[in-house]
Amino acid sequence: MIKAYIDVTLKKSILDPQGTAVKKGLEKLGLYSEDVRIGKHIEVVLNENNVDAAREKIDEMCRKLLVNQEVEIYTVRFEVI
Amino acid sequence: MKAGVIVFPGSNCDIDAFKVLNNLGVDVKYIWHDDKIDNVDLILLPGGFSYGDYLRCGAIARFAKALENINEEIEKGKLVLGICNGFQILTELKALKGALLRNKNLNFICSDCNLIVENTNTPFTNQFTKGEIVNFPIAHGEGNYYIDDEGLKELIANNQIVFRYKNNPNGSVNDIAGITNKRGNVLGMMPHPERAADILLGCEDGLKLFKSILSYFKEA
Repeated sequence: MIKAYIDVTLKKSILDPQGTAVKKGLEKLGLYSEDVRIGKHIEVVLNENNVDAAREKIDEMCRKLLVNQEVEIYTVRFEVI
Repeated sequence: MKAGVIVFPGSNCDIDAFKVLNNLGVDVKYIWHDDKIDNVDLILLPGGFSYGDYLRCGAIARFAKALENINEEIEKGKLVLGICNGFQILTELKALKGALLRNKNLNFICSDCNLIVENTNTPFTNQFTKGEIVNFPIAHGEGNYYIDDEGLKELIANNQIVFRYKNNPNGSVNDIAGITNKRGNVLGMMPHPERAADILLGCEDGLKLFKSILSYFKEA
Protein backbone atom coordinates (compact mmCIF):
# COMPACT_ATOMS: atom_id res chain seq x y z
CA MET A 1 0.00 0.00 0.00
CA ILE A 2 1.07 3.55 -0.56
CA LYS A 3 0.28 6.54 1.58
CA ALA A 4 0.23 9.96 -0.05
CA TYR A 5 0.83 13.06 2.04
CA ILE A 6 -0.69 16.02 0.20
CA ASP A 7 -0.07 19.63 1.16
CA VAL A 8 -2.38 22.25 -0.31
CA THR A 9 -1.57 25.95 -0.06
CA LEU A 10 -2.77 29.13 -1.69
CA LYS A 11 -0.80 30.17 -4.76
CA LYS A 12 2.06 32.54 -4.02
CA SER A 13 0.27 35.33 -5.90
CA ILE A 14 -2.69 35.13 -3.51
CA LEU A 15 -2.70 36.89 -0.17
CA ASP A 16 -2.90 34.44 2.74
CA PRO A 17 -4.37 36.51 5.59
CA GLN A 18 -4.08 33.58 8.02
CA GLY A 19 -0.37 33.27 7.31
CA THR A 20 0.06 37.03 7.70
CA ALA A 21 -1.76 36.98 11.06
CA VAL A 22 0.37 34.09 12.33
CA LYS A 23 3.57 35.80 11.12
CA LYS A 24 2.58 38.85 13.17
CA GLY A 25 1.83 36.61 16.17
CA LEU A 26 5.27 35.05 15.92
CA GLU A 27 6.80 38.52 15.81
CA LYS A 28 5.08 39.34 19.13
CA LEU A 29 7.09 36.42 20.53
CA GLY A 30 10.27 37.82 19.04
CA LEU A 31 10.33 35.08 16.39
CA TYR A 32 10.91 36.71 13.03
CA SER A 33 10.30 35.10 9.65
CA GLU A 34 10.27 36.13 6.02
CA ASP A 35 6.91 34.58 5.22
CA VAL A 36 4.28 32.26 6.71
CA ARG A 37 1.75 30.40 4.58
CA ILE A 38 -0.98 28.19 5.98
CA GLY A 39 -2.55 25.34 4.10
CA LYS A 40 -4.26 21.98 4.36
CA HIS A 41 -2.73 18.57 4.88
CA ILE A 42 -4.49 15.55 3.38
CA GLU A 43 -3.42 11.90 3.70
CA VAL A 44 -4.72 9.32 1.24
CA VAL A 45 -3.96 5.59 1.42
CA LEU A 46 -4.04 3.71 -1.87
CA ASN A 47 -4.11 -0.02 -2.46
CA GLU A 48 -1.22 0.33 -4.85
CA ASN A 49 2.45 -0.69 -4.90
CA ASN A 50 3.73 1.38 -7.76
CA VAL A 51 4.57 5.01 -6.94
CA ASP A 52 4.08 6.19 -10.53
CA ALA A 53 0.59 4.70 -10.63
CA ALA A 54 -0.12 6.20 -7.21
CA ARG A 55 1.06 9.60 -8.40
CA GLU A 56 -1.27 9.44 -11.36
CA LYS A 57 -4.25 8.62 -9.11
CA ILE A 58 -3.40 11.32 -6.59
CA ASP A 59 -2.93 13.92 -9.35
CA GLU A 60 -6.38 13.07 -10.65
CA MET A 61 -7.87 13.35 -7.13
CA CYS A 62 -6.21 16.72 -6.65
CA ARG A 63 -7.31 18.01 -10.03
CA LYS A 64 -10.90 16.86 -9.69
CA LEU A 65 -11.64 17.60 -6.04
CA LEU A 66 -8.92 18.05 -3.45
CA VAL A 67 -7.40 21.21 -4.91
CA ASN A 68 -9.03 24.25 -6.48
CA GLN A 69 -6.38 25.05 -9.04
CA GLU A 70 -7.79 28.54 -9.60
CA VAL A 71 -6.28 29.55 -6.27
CA GLU A 72 -4.35 26.61 -4.78
CA ILE A 73 -1.22 24.56 -5.47
CA TYR A 74 -0.20 21.21 -3.99
CA THR A 75 2.80 19.03 -3.30
CA VAL A 76 2.73 15.28 -2.64
CA ARG A 77 5.09 12.93 -0.80
CA PHE A 78 4.65 9.15 -1.05
CA GLU A 79 5.44 6.46 1.48
CA VAL A 80 5.20 2.71 0.91
CA ILE A 81 3.44 1.24 3.94
CA MET B 1 -42.93 30.34 -14.08
CA LYS B 2 -41.72 27.52 -11.83
CA ALA B 3 -38.85 27.74 -9.40
CA GLY B 4 -36.95 25.18 -7.36
CA VAL B 5 -34.93 25.95 -4.25
CA ILE B 6 -32.28 23.26 -3.74
CA VAL B 7 -31.94 22.18 -0.11
CA PHE B 8 -28.57 20.79 0.91
CA PRO B 9 -27.68 19.48 4.34
CA GLY B 10 -26.54 22.75 5.92
CA SER B 11 -28.58 25.17 3.79
CA ASN B 12 -30.01 27.93 5.97
CA CYS B 13 -31.48 30.52 3.59
CA ASP B 14 -33.69 28.10 1.69
CA ILE B 15 -36.85 29.08 3.57
CA ASP B 16 -36.21 32.82 3.09
CA ALA B 17 -35.76 32.33 -0.65
CA PHE B 18 -38.83 30.09 -0.88
CA LYS B 19 -41.01 32.62 0.95
CA VAL B 20 -39.97 35.56 -1.21
CA LEU B 21 -40.78 33.66 -4.40
CA ASN B 22 -43.98 32.26 -2.93
CA ASN B 23 -45.15 35.71 -1.82
CA LEU B 24 -44.64 36.94 -5.37
CA GLY B 25 -46.97 34.22 -6.61
CA VAL B 26 -44.27 32.00 -8.11
CA ASP B 27 -44.94 28.27 -8.25
CA VAL B 28 -41.96 27.33 -6.08
CA LYS B 29 -40.91 24.06 -4.48
CA TYR B 30 -38.04 22.74 -2.42
CA ILE B 31 -35.79 20.21 -4.12
CA TRP B 32 -33.82 17.94 -1.79
CA HIS B 33 -30.19 17.66 -2.86
CA ASP B 34 -30.55 13.92 -3.39
CA ASP B 35 -33.50 14.25 -5.79
CA LYS B 36 -33.43 15.15 -9.45
CA ILE B 37 -34.48 18.56 -10.67
CA ASP B 38 -37.40 18.39 -13.04
CA ASN B 39 -39.32 20.99 -14.89
CA VAL B 40 -38.37 24.28 -13.24
CA ASP B 41 -37.51 27.55 -14.99
CA LEU B 42 -35.36 28.91 -12.18
CA ILE B 43 -32.95 26.95 -10.00
CA LEU B 44 -32.03 28.74 -6.79
CA LEU B 45 -28.97 27.65 -4.81
CA PRO B 46 -29.50 29.16 -1.36
CA GLY B 47 -27.09 30.36 1.28
CA GLY B 48 -25.81 28.28 4.14
CA PHE B 49 -23.03 25.83 4.82
CA SER B 50 -23.73 22.91 2.52
CA TYR B 51 -22.04 19.74 3.76
CA GLY B 52 -20.46 21.76 6.55
CA ASP B 53 -18.21 23.60 4.06
CA TYR B 54 -15.90 20.56 4.28
CA LEU B 55 -12.71 20.75 2.20
CA ARG B 56 -13.78 24.06 0.58
CA CYS B 57 -17.10 25.91 0.53
CA GLY B 58 -19.23 24.32 -2.18
CA ALA B 59 -16.68 21.64 -3.04
CA ILE B 60 -18.85 18.70 -1.97
CA ALA B 61 -22.20 20.21 -2.97
CA ARG B 62 -21.30 20.03 -6.61
CA PHE B 63 -21.67 16.22 -6.46
CA ALA B 64 -25.30 16.42 -5.32
CA LYS B 65 -27.72 14.40 -7.42
CA ALA B 66 -29.82 17.54 -7.94
CA LEU B 67 -26.85 19.22 -9.64
CA GLU B 68 -25.84 16.26 -11.82
CA ASN B 69 -26.92 17.91 -15.06
CA ILE B 70 -26.74 21.53 -14.03
CA ASN B 71 -24.00 22.55 -16.46
CA GLU B 72 -26.02 21.08 -19.36
CA GLU B 73 -29.14 22.90 -18.13
CA ILE B 74 -27.15 26.13 -17.94
CA GLU B 75 -25.96 25.62 -21.48
CA LYS B 76 -29.58 25.26 -22.56
CA GLY B 77 -30.31 28.66 -21.01
CA LYS B 78 -31.94 27.74 -17.68
CA LEU B 79 -31.81 30.53 -15.10
CA VAL B 80 -29.68 29.77 -12.05
CA LEU B 81 -29.34 32.09 -9.06
CA GLY B 82 -26.70 31.27 -6.45
CA ILE B 83 -26.72 33.34 -3.29
CA CYS B 84 -23.79 33.25 -0.86
CA ASN B 85 -23.03 29.52 -0.49
CA GLY B 86 -24.86 29.13 -3.81
CA PHE B 87 -22.28 31.45 -5.42
CA GLN B 88 -19.48 29.37 -3.91
CA ILE B 89 -21.05 26.20 -5.30
CA LEU B 90 -21.36 27.77 -8.78
CA THR B 91 -17.64 28.61 -8.83
CA GLU B 92 -16.77 25.06 -7.72
CA LEU B 93 -18.99 23.78 -10.55
CA LYS B 94 -17.04 26.08 -12.90
CA ALA B 95 -20.39 27.52 -13.97
CA LEU B 96 -18.95 30.86 -12.87
CA LYS B 97 -15.32 31.90 -13.04
CA GLY B 98 -13.09 32.65 -10.08
CA ALA B 99 -13.18 31.47 -6.47
CA LEU B 100 -14.31 32.69 -3.05
CA LEU B 101 -11.54 32.93 -0.47
CA ARG B 102 -11.47 33.72 3.25
CA ASN B 103 -12.38 37.35 3.97
CA LYS B 104 -9.30 39.50 3.99
CA ASN B 105 -9.75 40.40 7.68
CA LEU B 106 -10.49 36.73 8.53
CA ASN B 107 -13.75 37.72 10.23
CA PHE B 108 -17.18 36.33 9.53
CA ILE B 109 -18.97 39.51 8.45
CA CYS B 110 -22.68 39.87 9.13
CA SER B 111 -23.95 43.36 8.30
CA ASP B 112 -25.93 45.57 5.98
CA CYS B 113 -24.04 46.32 2.82
CA ASN B 114 -24.41 48.92 0.10
CA LEU B 115 -24.03 47.65 -3.44
CA ILE B 116 -23.83 49.41 -6.77
CA VAL B 117 -25.94 47.89 -9.53
CA GLU B 118 -23.54 47.74 -12.49
CA ASN B 119 -25.49 45.84 -15.11
CA THR B 120 -29.25 46.02 -15.51
CA ASN B 121 -29.31 44.09 -18.75
CA THR B 122 -29.73 40.68 -17.12
CA PRO B 123 -32.75 38.53 -16.27
CA PHE B 124 -31.96 39.23 -12.61
CA THR B 125 -31.57 43.00 -12.59
CA ASN B 126 -33.89 44.48 -15.25
CA GLN B 127 -35.97 46.30 -12.59
CA PHE B 128 -32.98 48.23 -11.20
CA THR B 129 -31.41 51.41 -12.53
CA LYS B 130 -27.77 51.33 -13.58
CA GLY B 131 -25.66 52.90 -10.85
CA GLU B 132 -28.42 52.50 -8.26
CA ILE B 133 -27.24 51.90 -4.70
CA VAL B 134 -29.07 49.09 -2.95
CA ASN B 135 -28.78 47.63 0.51
CA PHE B 136 -28.58 43.84 0.86
CA PRO B 137 -27.19 42.15 3.97
CA ILE B 138 -24.04 40.06 3.80
CA ALA B 139 -23.24 37.14 6.08
CA HIS B 140 -20.11 35.25 5.10
CA GLY B 141 -16.64 34.20 6.15
CA GLU B 142 -15.51 33.28 2.65
CA GLY B 143 -16.75 36.01 0.34
CA ASN B 144 -13.45 37.35 -0.89
CA TYR B 145 -13.90 36.97 -4.64
CA TYR B 146 -10.72 36.15 -6.53
CA ILE B 147 -10.10 36.01 -10.24
CA ASP B 148 -6.82 36.42 -12.10
CA ASP B 149 -6.09 39.53 -14.18
CA GLU B 150 -6.98 37.91 -17.46
CA GLY B 151 -10.28 36.62 -16.07
CA LEU B 152 -11.11 40.04 -14.67
CA LYS B 153 -10.52 41.68 -18.04
CA GLU B 154 -12.92 39.19 -19.57
CA LEU B 155 -15.59 39.84 -16.91
CA ILE B 156 -15.34 43.57 -17.53
CA ALA B 157 -15.32 43.25 -21.32
CA ASN B 158 -18.44 41.04 -21.27
CA ASN B 159 -20.29 43.16 -18.73
CA GLN B 160 -20.48 40.20 -16.35
CA ILE B 161 -20.00 42.22 -13.17
CA VAL B 162 -23.54 42.84 -11.93
CA PHE B 163 -23.01 44.10 -8.37
CA ARG B 164 -20.02 45.89 -6.82
CA TYR B 165 -19.54 46.73 -3.15
CA LYS B 166 -19.65 50.43 -2.38
CA ASN B 167 -17.24 49.83 0.50
CA ASN B 168 -15.41 46.57 -0.12
CA PRO B 169 -15.91 44.53 3.09
CA ASN B 170 -13.95 41.38 2.31
CA GLY B 171 -11.07 42.10 -0.08
CA SER B 172 -12.85 41.01 -3.26
CA VAL B 173 -11.00 41.75 -6.49
CA ASN B 174 -12.38 44.89 -8.18
CA ASP B 175 -15.05 45.24 -5.42
CA ILE B 176 -16.98 42.40 -7.04
CA ALA B 177 -20.09 41.27 -5.16
CA GLY B 178 -21.92 39.44 -7.93
CA ILE B 179 -21.23 38.18 -11.45
CA THR B 180 -22.99 36.35 -14.24
CA ASN B 181 -21.68 33.82 -16.70
CA LYS B 182 -20.96 35.05 -20.21
CA ARG B 183 -24.44 34.21 -21.46
CA GLY B 184 -26.05 35.98 -18.50
CA ASN B 185 -28.38 33.20 -17.34
CA VAL B 186 -26.39 32.38 -14.18
CA LEU B 187 -25.96 34.92 -11.38
CA GLY B 188 -23.79 34.32 -8.33
CA MET B 189 -23.65 36.86 -5.53
CA MET B 190 -22.47 36.95 -1.92
CA PRO B 191 -25.05 39.47 -0.59
CA HIS B 192 -28.54 38.25 0.30
CA PRO B 193 -31.42 39.85 -1.67
CA GLU B 194 -33.84 37.36 -0.10
CA ARG B 195 -33.08 38.81 3.32
CA ALA B 196 -33.95 42.31 2.08
CA ALA B 197 -37.31 41.55 0.57
CA ASP B 198 -39.76 42.69 3.21
CA ILE B 199 -40.03 46.14 4.75
CA LEU B 200 -40.81 44.47 8.09
CA LEU B 201 -37.23 43.18 8.01
CA GLY B 202 -35.88 46.67 7.42
CA CYS B 203 -35.39 46.81 3.68
CA GLU B 204 -37.03 45.57 0.51
CA ASP B 205 -34.41 46.46 -2.09
CA GLY B 206 -33.92 42.75 -2.75
CA LEU B 207 -37.47 42.35 -3.97
CA LYS B 208 -36.50 44.04 -7.24
CA LEU B 209 -34.15 41.18 -8.05
CA PHE B 210 -36.95 38.63 -7.80
CA LYS B 211 -39.37 40.93 -9.64
CA SER B 212 -36.76 41.19 -12.41
CA ILE B 213 -36.86 37.42 -12.82
CA LEU B 214 -40.67 37.50 -13.01
CA SER B 215 -40.56 40.27 -15.56
CA TYR B 216 -38.00 38.33 -17.62
CA PHE B 217 -40.37 35.38 -17.85
CA LYS B 218 -43.39 37.58 -18.60
CA GLU B 219 -41.61 39.12 -21.55
CA ALA B 220 -40.21 35.83 -22.80
